[in-house]
Amino acid sequence: MSNRTTNLLVPVLAVVLGLLVGAIIMWVSGYDAIAGYAALWDGIFGDLYRVGETIRQITPYILAGLAVAFAFRAGLFNIGVEGQLIVGWFAAAYVGVAVELPKVIHLPLAILAAAAAGALWGFIPGLLKAKFHVHEVIVTIMMNYIALHVVNALIEVVTGGSERTERIFPSASLRSPFLEALTDYSRLHYGIIVALIMVVVMWFILDKTTTGFELKSVGFNQHASQYAGMKVDRNIILAMVISGAFAGIGGAMEALGTFEYVSSKGGFTGIGFDGIAVALLGMNTPIGVVLGATLFGSLKYGALNMPNAANIPVEIVGIVTAIIIYFVAASYVIRLLIERAARKKEAK
Amino acid sequence: MEYVIEMLNIRKEFGSFVANDDITLQVKKGEIHALLGENGAGKSTLMNVLFGLYQPEGGEIRVRGEAVNITDPNVANKLGIGMVHQHFMLVENFTVTENIILGNEMTKAGIVDKRKASKRVKKLSEQYGLNVDPNAKIEDISVGMQQRVEILKTLYRGADILIFDEPTASLTPQEITELIQIMQRLVQEGKSIILITHKLKEIMDVSDRVTIIRKGQGVGTVVTAETNPNELASLMVGRQVEFKTVKGEAFPKDTVLLIEDLTVADYRGVEKVKGLNLEVRHGEIVGIAGIDGNGQTELIEAITGLRKVKGGKITISGKDVTGKKPRKVTEAGVGHIPQDRHKHGLVLDFPIGHNIALQTYYQAPISKGGVIHYEKIAEQAKRIIEKYDVRTQSEATPARALSGGNQQKAIIGREVERDPDLLIAALPTRGLDVGAIEFIHSRLIEQRDRGKAVLLISFELDEVMNVSDRIAVIYDGQIIDEVLPQDTSEQELGLLMAGQSDRKTKAGANEHV
Ligand SMILES: Nc1ncnc2c1ncn2[C@@H]1O[C@H](COP(=O)(O)OP(=O)(O)OP(=O)(O)O)[C@@H](O)[C@H]1O
Ligand SMILES: [Mg+2]
Repeated sequence: MSNRTTNLLVPVLAVVLGLLVGAIIMWVSGYDAIAGYAALWDGIFGDLYRVGETIRQITPYILAGLAVAFAFRAGLFNIGVEGQLIVGWFAAAYVGVAVELPKVIHLPLAILAAAAAGALWGFIPGLLKAKFHVHEVIVTIMMNYIALHVVNALIEVVTGGSERTERIFPSASLRSPFLEALTDYSRLHYGIIVALIMVVVMWFILDKTTTGFELKSVGFNQHASQYAGMKVDRNIILAMVISGAFAGIGGAMEALGTFEYVSSKGGFTGIGFDGIAVALLGMNTPIGVVLGATLFGSLKYGALNMPNAANIPVEIVGIVTAIIIYFVAASYVIRLLIERAARKKEAK
Repeated sequence: MEYVIEMLNIRKEFGSFVANDDITLQVKKGEIHALLGENGAGKSTLMNVLFGLYQPEGGEIRVRGEAVNITDPNVANKLGIGMVHQHFMLVENFTVTENIILGNEMTKAGIVDKRKASKRVKKLSEQYGLNVDPNAKIEDISVGMQQRVEILKTLYRGADILIFDEPTASLTPQEITELIQIMQRLVQEGKSIILITHKLKEIMDVSDRVTIIRKGQGVGTVVTAETNPNELASLMVGRQVEFKTVKGEAFPKDTVLLIEDLTVADYRGVEKVKGLNLEVRHGEIVGIAGIDGNGQTELIEAITGLRKVKGGKITISGKDVTGKKPRKVTEAGVGHIPQDRHKHGLVLDFPIGHNIALQTYYQAPISKGGVIHYEKIAEQAKRIIEKYDVRTQSEATPARALSGGNQQKAIIGREVERDPDLLIAALPTRGLDVGAIEFIHSRLIEQRDRGKAVLLISFELDEVMNVSDRIAVIYDGQIIDEVLPQDTSEQELGLLMAGQSDRKTKAGANEHV
């Protein structure tokens, strides 16, 4: 079997298997799986409003996935996307409420602020990895907690003790009356366009620039890269900075589009962590990330309809969606099985 | 006839590429059977089929007369087939015994019985004269010893058919002699051996029969005693081959590389280069002869900027490059064929074309204004692949999928084509077939004749003797003597390399007065 077909077949099979096992769980727990999945489908595509909301949900997943995938292509495991996204969220919201400017300046400025904040949050683990060989996984996990608590504290400081900021000025908003009208007044905003532009940006950096060549080379073999005169340290830091910037922009989507404010958080948003699975599912390619994010966003949003429409308890819904995701994340097992089967056939 | 192994009409394809096309290999019990072929002929592929790493598309394998289906290495192990890979698969900070029992632990109520295992390892080691200390850590023993651990590993698992894939490529001449003795001991004890090597001399010395493959096809099997190196070489290449590298006189001009009082420490901080002086001029090839571990690696790494310099000075064409970054050194006019091609020479997961661009990817015409043009990379790659006879399906094939020798040819093409003033070639012909060696040597000489400087580091005496215009002998981090190849013999050079320099003994004598 050619590599291409395997690459395509694996995620599809993973989803199908996940759905099957999810169905079994619903049945065993005494619920109607068919009705459950019908509700899920309805929750995603049922009407224009839901389609709009699903796309809105997909937007930050794309950016979180890009962040993980980009670092991964440079040989780094960025678990810190969650924290980078949170600081980006805050930075965008802060710029959104702190000043009022013409839209052409204000909106890009707010997005840039989010990118810069995420980049800074990626820079620190990058620097520690490059200069002191501290493993990025450890540092990025710690940075997630720091982000969460620092942002909560900053919200209190800038609002003078409140738990959430004011609404951002309309000049910084990604909201689109047009898209809202189109989708039966969902919260769909222009963020999806920003996300798709970033998909192109990632593709361009990796596949069209000299820097991308270096990043990939360093990701594969640091020794050979150093031998070839590449600055390994610089490339590690750069990869983390760009990855963090993607994550930060992901935060900006929530700050400037969906919510238009930032509030104190009791815990992580989960988007950053799901980004890991999104990237894995997308095999760390830009297009793959879009597909992975679509699956995630759809499941996340569509599942909300399952308790109402099919009377399946929230807990079971959680298990079912987790199982689908789990199967996708473990798709290498499926890949293994396919390859083994192919080999058996070859041997005959 | 009592064949232990019969591989009949084996066919192995990679996609549309046929790596093994109707190859037959029959090994008798108790013989050393050599497998000979050019780089990329398909030797490793055939052995990987026998060891169960690849499944053949066609043909039949019989072990001790019985048709078998070797679906994975475990099946091979059970059939008594063991393989000593060229790249060892050992855990550095484990002991010899631990490495040997890894994945095959003898347990007593779930607890690994290391004492018992260690005893068995010791017994096996004595039986075959391997001289391995079961309790030594892998990181503390030499490459030759590590190879013996790999041999022990197969014996421990009960192998009686052993496959050696280029076992001598990374060994010193002394270690090679010892390995040959070990192999002879193994066959005396009833084992059978399949040996892949590019060194015709080794084949003539140890093998009983030779099977030759050419471009994926079986050419035939000959009895070693009834053949000679010349016939083997022409069978392998398919035409008459000339062994001797033709080389005219050298006309050295002004200095390119000047090293003064260089001191370099290894990664542990131990001084490996101790006040070394060396000069290489335009239009000459200087060979560094020495036993592995006398500072050669550290010397090259210091020149090329891969390792910090502790003291002294390195200049290239009058430019001080001491402590400069690799790219600065490269741009000062240095090309470098690195000793460890998998670690430094190649990004194995990159296409071979990208690897060929590894030193030029950032320059015009490949990169302009930060944008990289992969079609230019492909163009350059195609040209070099053609010129250096790199056998690969295309420039987009991952470097990992090329045979060892072809990987090396790609690196050499990359470095020589940049036309550097100084070309540093570290073990440039390791793992290459005789034709390719000849080709590489001619390229080095051609560079010299075009007025470039070449610094050759090699552990092979005949390579140093044949190619160099001047030989610098390195011992314990210093150049202890310089000789001209026409004024010396391999014996004398061997003694010098062991540290028995005239100068040194005199100096030693003075100290004791
Ligand atoms: N996994 C693979 N995928 C695609 N092609 C491969 C793969 N492995 C080997 N090849 C190709 O098959 C051919 C034979 O390779 P092989 O490694 O068997 O050569 P070899 O005789 O061992 O050469 P060398 O002496 O250089 O080690 C080469 O052209 C190589 O590029
Ligand atoms: Mg080989």
